[in-house]
Amino acid sequence: METIGAFAIWSGVTIQFWPVWLGLAIIMGLSYAFKHRLGLYGHLYDSGVGIAGLALVLFWILTAMFADTIAPFDPIEQFGLLKRKPPGVIESGSGIPFFFGGDNLGRDLFSRMVYGSRFVLTIAPAATLVAFMVGITLGLPAGYFGGRIDTVLTFLANLVLAFPVILLFYLLVTPGVRETPIPTTMAAVFFMFPIIMFATLFKTGYGSRPVLFWTLMGFTAVIGGWLYLGLVFNRDPLGIVGLDPNELNIFAAVVFASSPAVFRIVRGLTMDIKTRDYVAAAQTRGEGPWYIMLWEVLPNARGPLIVDGCLRIGYTTILLGTLGFFGLGLSPESPDWGSMINQTRGFIRLVPTIVLPQTIALASLVLGLNLLADGLREQSLKD
Amino acid sequence: MLMFILRRLGVMLLTMLTLTLIVFALVNLEPNLKKLALEQNNNRMTQEAVDSWLEKEGYKRPLLVRYGEWLGNSLKGDFGYSTRFRKPVNEVMPERLVYTGILAFWVMATMVPGALIIGVLAGMREGSKTDRSLSVFSIATTATPEYVSGILFTVVFAAWLGWFKGVAKAGDVTFENFALPVMTMSIYGMGYIARMTRASMAEVMTSQYIRTARLKGMSFGAIVTKHALRNALIAPFTVIMLQFPWLLTGVVIVEKLFNYKGFGWLLVEAADNNDIDMVLACSLVSVAVVIVTQLLSDIGYAFLNPRIRVQ
Repeated sequence: METIGAFAIWSGVTIQFWPVWLGLAIIMGLSYAFKHRLGLYGHLYDSGVGIAGLALVLFWILTAMFADTIAPFDPIEQFGLLKRKPPGVIESGSGIPFFFGGDNLGRDLFSRMVYGSRFVLTIAPAATLVAFMVGITLGLPAGYFGGRIDTVLTFLANLVLAFPVILLFYLLVTPGVRETPIPTTMAAVFFMFPIIMFATLFKTGYGSRPVLFWTLMGFTAVIGGWLYLGLVFNRDPLGIVGLDPNELNIFAAVVFASSPAVFRIVRGLTMDIKTRDYVAAAQTRGEGPWYIMLWEVLPNARGPLIVDGCLRIGYTTILLGTLGFFGLGLSPESPDWGSMINQTRGFIRLVPTIVLPQTIALASLVLGLNLLADGLREQSLKD
Repeated sequence: MLMFILRRLGVMLLTMLTLTLIVFALVNLEPNLKKLALEQNNNRMTQEAVDSWLEKEGYKRPLLVRYGEWLGNSLKGDFGYSTRFRKPVNEVMPERLVYTGILAFWVMATMVPGALIIGVLAGMREGSKTDRSLSVFSIATTATPEYVSGILFTVVFAAWLGWFKGVAKAGDVTFENFALPVMTMSIYGMGYIARMTRASMAEVMTSQYIRTARLKGMSFGAIVTKHALRNALIAPFTVIMLQFPWLLTGVVIVEKLFNYKGFGWLLVEAADNNDIDMVLACSLVSVAVVIVTQLLSDIGYAFLNPRIRVQ
């Protein structure tokens, strides 16, 4: 079996990633040149931590986008002769090397690592976004009104938070649960929140301008309904959006596990912001409570929420990895990092490098998100 | 204060009741019961045979009746029978809890001092080189979950250097056995506590009484040890207490990773085999740990910080 040396491996990998380098150079170069006009995002380029975080995150986003160009092999194609082979072994059929070696079933680890970014970078940000909508829609009234609403909602949030995440996933992400209507119901409830939130946002903001209001509501209904049909019921009439039952299950469970924490943060921020003068001014003007919450409180809470969003996407990435690590909900074929770690970790003694690509990929993405959050926090405190 | 604790205890009880009911409902879902029946008998059972077995074992009675029964028995200290281990839960559980307790003790014993030292060193001179490098270190550790760091440590220390084994045997308290799992868990948790300590320390260092101490000519070392430390360590206390729930999740991952047969391993075994009574007992223990530590952290915080005494 022919192999190539360490230098050839790294130069080969570097060349394979060419669309990423090009994209990084264009995005970061342009942003750096115009950093003074880009607000908070531009300020990121003033801190080393921020640049490092942004570069790591962009690297993985671009990798996910250009995965088809970067990966030399199909992530689920098996080459029987290349099982557990060390890095640099050449696949005789095509003459292309397995840069990071083969996994336990003879699949190319490099291609699997590259495609793995796709799964993480679609589910994690989307689930975090939905969790934020749920947390915001419930956290604002809890913090603003206080009283009984607050007591009930806080109790419910603490209920979920008191539950160990692993146990929650073991109970919620199983083939057994998938046979019941639980995941679909959960998703149906969670996906209502973005629609409710946007509807309230437009109603309170533009209710006095019927034409604009109804146009916006029309958009919300069409786009929301389309995504709703596609994501929750997998019946998108256009066939573009869709989630497999197991992905929907994971999605619903991840949203369920992370929205209480968002709720807590939003509630705390709202309780703090509602004592400010501009809120009192709005109250004196006679604005309704939902207008104040969505148009006065929420925009002023955006700083901490953006920082928390970055951290939470990282945390969700870790959660998805945990699911893969325990073999919950994902098909064994799926090239996601957690499953890859789980499948290869038994062979560390034979081929120590077999676990490295996926572990380092996961850690670097989460590290990037955490550094980005830190850079954002640092820069937003300066203003 | 007493009223506060009593109210919290009431909420605690309600939380535990609701959560156990939810777990009870989830493990008793139709497909899960069928899986249990197949696993307990043989895999080629017909649907009728499954139904009659469930009927015979009493799984077909209304959910609430059976929950009431379980609750009554649990209050008497009888947590039922484990179908996976074919023994009463009370015989399996305590041993595993002790093993995990030993592991958790060593994790706490290494993590807390390490994190406090890092946090204090970073926070006492905010913005210095030490601060920056230690902060990046803390971020890096919080970004590396146990199943990543554990595997990286195994690759380095077990596969390449050959110092330790990649597995840890339960109950064997030796350095070789515990080094990898303890290191994996404490490093992941360390970053978070260190960052909280750093923030708290940095805030204290800018306060008026530190400036006064500095103006009267005290040495920097004396200021840090005599004035700053005590006040800076109040906030991390809560964070440290709240690490216990996290420790539970971490324990499950690390025990699976190193094949350490403690509580986390038990939980995974029980959940994988839909061992109803065992899953319920495990959830009860984990939820109790979470809630009790929350209560203790609230009380301890009020106790340590006279300004925040609860009315």
